[in-house]
Amino acid sequence: MTTKTTVIETPAGPAQPMILNMGPQHPSTHGVLRVVLELDGEIVLTARPDIGYLHTGIEKSCESKTYSQCITLTDRIDYLAPLSNNLGFCLAAERLIGIEIPKRAQYIRVLLTELTRVSSHLVWLGTHAIDLGAMSVFLYSFREREEIMKIYEYVSGQRMMTSYFRIGGLALEPPPDWLDRVRRVVDAMPGHIDEYETLLTHNRIWMARTKGVGYLSPEGAIAMGVSGPLLRASGLAYDVRRAFPYSSYEEFDFNVPTQTAGDCYARYQVRVAEIRESLKIIRQAMDKIEPTGPFRAEVPGIIPPSREEMKTSIEGLIYHFKIFTEGFAPPPGEVYQCIESPRGELGVFIASDGSPKPFRVKFRTPSFVNLQSLPMLCEGRLIADVVACIGTTDIVLGEVDR
Amino acid sequence: MESSEAGKNPAVDKLRDWDKQAVAEVIEFRGETTVVVPQQHLVRAAEFLMSEPSLRFTFLSDITPVDRFPIEPRFELNYHLLSIERLLRLRLRVRLPGAEPALPSVSGVWATANWHEREAFDLFGIRFHGHPDLRRILMPDDWEGYPLRKDYPVEGFR
Repeated sequence: MTTKTTVIETPAGPAQPMILNMGPQHPSTHGVLRVVLELDGEIVLTARPDIGYLHTGIEKSCESKTYSQCITLTDRIDYLAPLSNNLGFCLAAERLIGIEIPKRAQYIRVLLTELTRVSSHLVWLGTHAIDLGAMSVFLYSFREREEIMKIYEYVSGQRMMTSYFRIGGLALEPPPDWLDRVRRVVDAMPGHIDEYETLLTHNRIWMARTKGVGYLSPEGAIAMGVSGPLLRASGLAYDVRRAFPYSSYEEFDFNVPTQTAGDCYARYQVRVAEIRESLKIIRQAMDKIEPTGPFRAEVPGIIPPSREEMKTSIEGLIYHFKIFTEGFAPPPGEVYQCIESPRGELGVFIASDGSPKPFRVKFRTPSFVNLQSLPMLCEGRLIADVVACIGTTDIVLGEVDR
Repeated sequence: MESSEAGKNPAVDKLRDWDKQAVAEVIEFRGETTVVVPQQHLVRAAEFLMSEPSLRFTFLSDITPVDRFPIEPRFELNYHLLSIERLLRLRLRVRLPGAEPALPSVSGVWATANWHEREAFDLFGIRFHGHPDLRRILMPDDWEGYPLRKDYPVEGFR
């Protein structure tokens, strides 16, 4: 189905394109994004995103902190998926040091990052729908997201800036009955998703606002470096979890949903299907996680010893003191570790010079790269479609600007 | 961990067979392959890696500049390439001197390089010849200095 666009005829005269600033304070830009639009009437001739309003210099700050201290900064990059960022950084640091962490900790990481994907997609769904005038979806999706935030809080003590993944494993043992809470959420979720779908999937207004809007060709997506649901909605089944498995993802059975239409509706379908796939992974992870076992690797001098050991053995105390005062020094070298964050390929590059502080940290954030394709999506279309296009790229400005 | 075992990245041999001059050094670390490319061969090598049917590095993940101050050559640029068809990764590295660092743009090969190169210009002051729109991207337009350089204080100049 394609939408018919009616253009209101303007009186004849010298045609002058109008320049319109959308943002930086505009509710539908999801943060502080400014898009400079050149308009011919209602038609967008060119769109130029202007970013940097949230630039906080996280990469520079990392250079003056120890590896463990950097984790707290990664939470603040993509504040809708803090655990994905934690995971990316920890995996990169672990690869740099050359350590493998216990399976139990890997499964817990998988479970929590998939919960993060669900919660991030719920925020996307709610805000995207509200942008396009469907108010009620937002209220429902935030209700369910709240349940996931409660799990974060129960496990890590924090709702948003969790910093729960640490180099070598997890910050602390999760509480004994946490999986029951996860199960409650996971069991209820499919019904909730069906509920959202009854509100949107066959809704004629929703279809009119999203079908055929913001088309991205597979070739265009590859050329622009677009990844994540945007790429998969254009027909390419590239998912880092499948292509370059990390954290034992190769042991899990899941599908990589794709669509070929490449429009906003296809991206909606892909993300909804991804929530269902994530729930599948979470169920498998719940079966794999053993009730007791190590949650941290044992590497003296790099991974902090257990509280018990720190209090009873002199070596433990020395290591504990050294790790938390001066940190640990990985060998010199560079690693690039990428993971599939809810928004696409999140890459963490760490260059070490052999000192306890990273020499250079670079976050290849999917939002930054995906946003670059915005002009492709909305040029030649109406202003109202710009809102749909920004929503559908699912950018987080903290991640764009870092 | 990676699809290619250490030292088995087929791209290195292909690149060497194509032009010996284009491979100055090969570094293997933690299963990742880095090929150091002389600056004058960068765009040619990029075009080759992108179009060679057995490699197809069509996806440029990232461009990461590193400042090795005070070591010369001071700057290095890391191009993280990905071949979605062959599930291969490769890192190209170009080294640049500290005085007026400049090199040709690869935005003609991978359109996504546009913003990555703008970021490198903005934060490190590296210039790219042939870039369509080399402006600051994250910092304000009238900002002085290049914040991610090692001789730029963490708190800024105040």
